[in-house]
Amino acid sequence: MSERTGAAPAFAAPPLPTGRGAGFLAIFGPWIAAAVLLAVLPQVLSSGLALSTLSLMGMMIIFALSYNMLLGQTGLLSFGQAVFFGLGGFLTVHAMNAFTADGPPLPLVALPLVGAAAGLFFGIVFGAVSTRRAGTTFAMITLGIGELVSSSALILRHFFGGEEGVSTDRTGLAPFLGLTFGSQLQVYYLISGWCFVSVAAMYALTRTPFGRICNAVRDNPHRVAFIGYDPQRVRFLSFSLSGLFAGIAGALAAINFEIMNAGQLGATQSGTVILMAFIGGVGSFGGPIIGAILVTYLQVALSDITDAWQLYFGLLFIAMVMFAPDGIAGLLARQQPLLRGRQLHRVLPAYALALVPGLAAVAGLSLAVEMTNRLTVHAGDGPAMSFLHVPLRADAIVPWLVAAILFAGGGWLFLRAAGVARQAYDEALAVVQGRGRTS
Amino acid sequence: MTPALELTDLRKSFGAMEIIRGVTLSVPAGERHAVIGPNGAGKSTLFHLISGHYRPSAGTIRLGGETISGMAPHLINRRGLSRSFQITNIFPRLSVWENVRCATLWAMGYRYSFWRNIERLADARQRTEEILTEINLLDRWHVPAGVLSYAEQRALEIGLSIAGNAEVLLLDEPTAGMSRAETERVVALIRRVSEKRTLLMIEHDMGVVFDLADRISVLVYGEILASDTPERVKANPAVQQAYLGLEAS
Repeated sequence: MSERTGAAPAFAAPPLPTGRGAGFLAIFGPWIAAAVLLAVLPQVLSSGLALSTLSLMGMMIIFALSYNMLLGQTGLLSFGQAVFFGLGGFLTVHAMNAFTADGPPLPLVALPLVGAAAGLFFGIVFGAVSTRRAGTTFAMITLGIGELVSSSALILRHFFGGEEGVSTDRTGLAPFLGLTFGSQLQVYYLISGWCFVSVAAMYALTRTPFGRICNAVRDNPHRVAFIGYDPQRVRFLSFSLSGLFAGIAGALAAINFEIMNAGQLGATQSGTVILMAFIGGVGSFGGPIIGAILVTYLQVALSDITDAWQLYFGLLFIAMVMFAPDGIAGLLARQQPLLRGRQLHRVLPAYALALVPGLAAVAGLSLAVEMTNRLTVHAGDGPAMSFLHVPLRADAIVPWLVAAILFAGGGWLFLRAAGVARQAYDEALAVVQGRGRTS
Repeated sequence: MTPALELTDLRKSFGAMEIIRGVTLSVPAGERHAVIGPNGAGKSTLFHLISGHYRPSAGTIRLGGETISGMAPHLINRRGLSRSFQITNIFPRLSVWENVRCATLWAMGYRYSFWRNIERLADARQRTEEILTEINLLDRWHVPAGVLSYAEQRALEIGLSIAGNAEVLLLDEPTAGMSRAETERVVALIRRVSEKRTLLMIEHDMGVVFDLADRISVLVYGEILASDTPERVKANPAVQQAYLGLEAS
């Protein structure tokens, strides 16, 4: 679906903003629903794996949103966001160990504040250096900072614990309302509570004068200077606050895993958060939430099925950037006018039509990937394998032919069907906007 | 009385090329002053110097008596000088409403506030509505600025430069590329918004210049050839030869 930048439809303008808040339910309804959902989720998904996956999702939602404060809100492409996640986590681990012994009685629930302070502190320190420039210079400096910190993690063994990292015991802290956080369920509630508060805070931030000026800096930093704002200061504040929230996410990781190691602040972790934000969509507030949930789920589920899971992430990322650069949230947002205009039924068949060959192409590609994996990485296991419960031999010609046909044929049909779907979308949109036939 | 804007022997070189070669100009408060001159005369460079986009190589710029030469653009803007751009320079993904509201915020004293709900700022909302009414874009308030028509974007450009209530307004070719009817509307708009302000305007359309300006400065090769009332500038033989003559040929 192409970018819609044509002339706006001749709608009657909606009523001007009044400043009088919408009704109580319109403002707080979604938040109450989210809180209820977070509260009852463990009743539905109560297995150990589900709880630890949900906990992971909670911290990743904060992390991805903190990243989008930079990329989506302020237009800053950073390659070193994990620095603040990791440093927040490491300082939290050390704080937990300090409070465990005979320090002041600080309950575990308050420890993400340590991560927040650490993230903010390092956000200010590194932000002072990196945000002097925007664009490529900024991106390169963040890459450098990321490398600097992750390589010093292997040198400063006393603080970072070298290769094995620093471990801790979360149950050693003072109990909070009788809770010792020994069980994953209690940790889940701790994380989801902090997730809720952080998401609400980051959302509120987008609705302040500062949040708006961040968007203005994203759109046109040059012009911002001529309406009285210092674009460099805006980038610096955004970077520091983003570090604060990344630090909270890192603290939650420390509490959840009871260990931090250098991997948590390295390039892979910084790459993962870019992946989450992009796949979910950086153009809207909710996009990175979707991305964090989906990527975390796939990480857990895919890594269970195949050890080539990182390759699939790369492919997914490429596909998203190519076909849906505004992410899943962007795709959904474009269906909204159709939904409101009750025209969604016009496009769903076309979407379904595109989905079938699309899935076939994905299956063909995955088959080729898995067979290659079997013949190379797992050569010792022999060529006999199964794909989607179908037994096959990776060294036979037929499975390769099938893979090629599925990928090429499915891909070709998908591109054709995508064109049809795009056309159906445009027509439906025209109907909604009163420009097209209304039959 | 202190002039609203005062340039003294202002110079700007890029490498060996001196683009602005000793400009001295005084614009009293409340005056509508036009800068005209052939292409390449340095008019836009002069605006970039005054607004802080470029640093002068030599000379001083005073705004209401205070030296502003060498200051960063945002500091100059906060001291009461605002400008528009020759090439439309707006916030394309923000709505028309947000464009204008962003431009009102600093002057309203909200600065980098990250603890206030922007929707609750009644004064910023009211000011935004006034500006949008003034530039005739109120019924387009919800549209992303990037999809406005060219003439609408030019109007928004002026809206952004007047939203902060600056006392000195610099407009760089506000009617460029507009039809006759659109130009007339913009001239009326400029007349209204410059009523209690000091206006310095680059303009190629001589009809607009003679219609609006109290005084005209003619800039040729980085120097001011004449700075006078429209009638006297029109009658000046040097100007006729250097500029108006070119136009007629």
